[in-house]
Amino acid sequence: MTVILGQTFTGISIGAVLLLIALGLSLTFGQMNVINMAHGEFIMAGAYTTYVLQKSITSAGLSLLVALPVAFLVAGALGALLEWLLIRRLYLRPLDTLLVTWGVSLMLQQLARDIFGAPNVQTRAPDLLTGNITLIGGDDPLTVANSRLFILGLAIAAVVALSLTLRLTPLGRRIRGVVQNRDLAEVSGISTERVDRTAFFIGSGLAGIAGVALTLVGPIGPTMGTNIIIDAFLVIVVGGIGQLKGTVIVAFVLGVLQSVLEYSTTVSVAKVLVLVGIVAFLQWRPQGLYTLRTRSLV
Amino acid sequence: MAAAAAALAAAVALSACGAKTDAGGSSDKAAKADTSGDTVKVGLLNSLSGTMAISEVTVRDSLKLAIDEINAKGGVLGKKIQPISEDGASDWPTFAEKASKLIREDRVVATFGCWTSASRKAVKPVFEKNKSLLFYPVQYEGLEESPYIFYTGATTNQQIVPGLDYLKSQGKKSIYLVGSDYVFPRTANKIIKAYAKANGMKVLGEDYAPLGSTEFSTIANKVKASKADAVFNTLNGDSNVAFFKEYKSAGLTAASMPVVSVSIAEEEVKSIGSQYLAGQLTAWNYYQTTAGAANAEFVKAYKAKYGQDKPTSDPMEAAYTSVYLWKAMVEKAKSFDPEKVKAASDGITFDAPEGKVTVDGASQHIYKTARIGKIGTDGLIEQVWDSGKAIKPDPYLKGYDWASGLS
Repeated sequence: MTVILGQTFTGISIGAVLLLIALGLSLTFGQMNVINMAHGEFIMAGAYTTYVLQKSITSAGLSLLVALPVAFLVAGALGALLEWLLIRRLYLRPLDTLLVTWGVSLMLQQLARDIFGAPNVQTRAPDLLTGNITLIGGDDPLTVANSRLFILGLAIAAVVALSLTLRLTPLGRRIRGVVQNRDLAEVSGISTERVDRTAFFIGSGLAGIAGVALTLVGPIGPTMGTNIIIDAFLVIVVGGIGQLKGTVIVAFVLGVLQSVLEYSTTVSVAKVLVLVGIVAFLQWRPQGLYTLRTRSLV
Repeated sequence: MAAAAAALAAAVALSACGAKTDAGGSSDKAAKADTSGDTVKVGLLNSLSGTMAISEVTVRDSLKLAIDEINAKGGVLGKKIQPISEDGASDWPTFAEKASKLIREDRVVATFGCWTSASRKAVKPVFEKNKSLLFYPVQYEGLEESPYIFYTGATTNQQIVPGLDYLKSQGKKSIYLVGSDYVFPRTANKIIKAYAKANGMKVLGEDYAPLGSTEFSTIANKVKASKADAVFNTLNGDSNVAFFKEYKSAGLTAASMPVVSVSIAEEEVKSIGSQYLAGQLTAWNYYQTTAGAANAEFVKAYKAKYGQDKPTSDPMEAAYTSVYLWKAMVEKAKSFDPEKVKAASDGITFDAPEGKVTVDGASQHIYKTARIGKIGTDGLIEQVWDSGKAIKPDPYLKGYDWASGLS
């Protein structure tokens, strides 16, 4: 029993990491049809920000707290810069954005290698986050890692903040308007250009937050983004493009599925089974779990 | 006329082929090492860029230290050694290409280097074809011998088997195997399973993560649920960081379930962080803390040359030793000729930092002392056990009945 509970929690924590990564991607993909391959490098930027901050702030706990907003700003600024320099010239050409952002991602990786060196680096986690909490005691105890709880909390906070922004703020209304019908929004007096840039800033900033979370799990290196970006794309495609609800549900379902299968088989077999499941699901529901009701004619 | 033209064309084509074969390898003249001048060239072949650079640059530095020391004392057979350093760039075809360049263009008398088994397998045919010598300084999975390679790192019976013997002596009856998904861990685990079967030890599980993988929460849960007495870790590189973070988060400690690692040395401990590793075990032949005057001198010289904060490690020590062993072989043979050097190799000894080592001419491996160490909070590794004497190398594990089915 505790094994099942333990694996479920592990799955939820893997899902939380996936969710943090997919959240920003879902926003930019959903709104602007931009396949942003450089999203993974924004995650890397957030992780390296944590690393740099830790060099000047000796308290690991404090530096982690400072890193969250700073990483959001750094990755967000990189995103806004990318949007301003390249992406806005490529609207309505999603395949071209794929190639261009892929090139940018390779350049950013090389830049990181030049600045921080080829070997991966580490950060120190605050003592509070290296331990674990025992939920069920006894012979067969169920423990959960504090760092995983922290990441889960971070993912929930990000979802809540994003969802409130989209629902309640004027910016959120404008974003939703642009997603539903770009042309109508434009003629209604909404500056879609500005909305796009802001949305891209927020989406990339969320990648920075994901980067901070990943420093608690593993090493920081130039290629860390590419390793996880594919999983994030799977989450948003299966969840339904641009659908927050779908992204959240699918991230957790895939996380739990992966961890439960991994427990009963091996890492590689679990990956294959999850991919087979996704292919089967997309045969049945090509549009993903949730679809957007749109007023567009096409 | 047409027939004549065809014959001519064929002749040209044939001679072109001939020229190509000549340049490509078998001609003895072109490949012959150049020993005419006051200096002799040796090749240093290491990854100075790419994913392996972190480890291999330290080996290159260590090789240079040995060469400098030998040159300061007059060189080898009255000739100074001139190192030619090439970058294998963590890319196996590049290794093969650079090996060929060192032998054929620089006409080196011997080459020192390589780290991964993949790079060694890539250059092996190049050295064999050109009849030139390679000195390979890293522990590996065994089951190999080449007439033109000297192996100065440990083979399995000098590292993995003693690691298992140590666990057995500590009363550990069950183990869990965790490794990266490629040739070294899979081969090593085959050997470990055969050992366990013969020694009444239970293998409770075996998990491989893709090389470079950083998601270890499920593997940590499986290890924990298995309640094994110990873990044998053949993970390579950065995966170790994620694995040990998750291990600690899962509440597992060196006291409750010790991990024996065979790929974590001082340099890696420094980058993973000793707070995650303190108390865990490693199996090697040398540590920076290994006692003895030869090691004190080596550590002092290395730090003086490269910086006080630089640790020394097992592969660095094996590389340093390999240069001195080559020197001793050349002096005994009174020649740089690879065949004469090989013939003179049996029984050559050197007072290495790890202790006295002896070359076994038959397998071209060396006798090495096995050492189990415990990682300290300061990032250094303290020896907790050693084999007492240097162990005879046995790359094919012929001396072990339980290993008879392995290949």
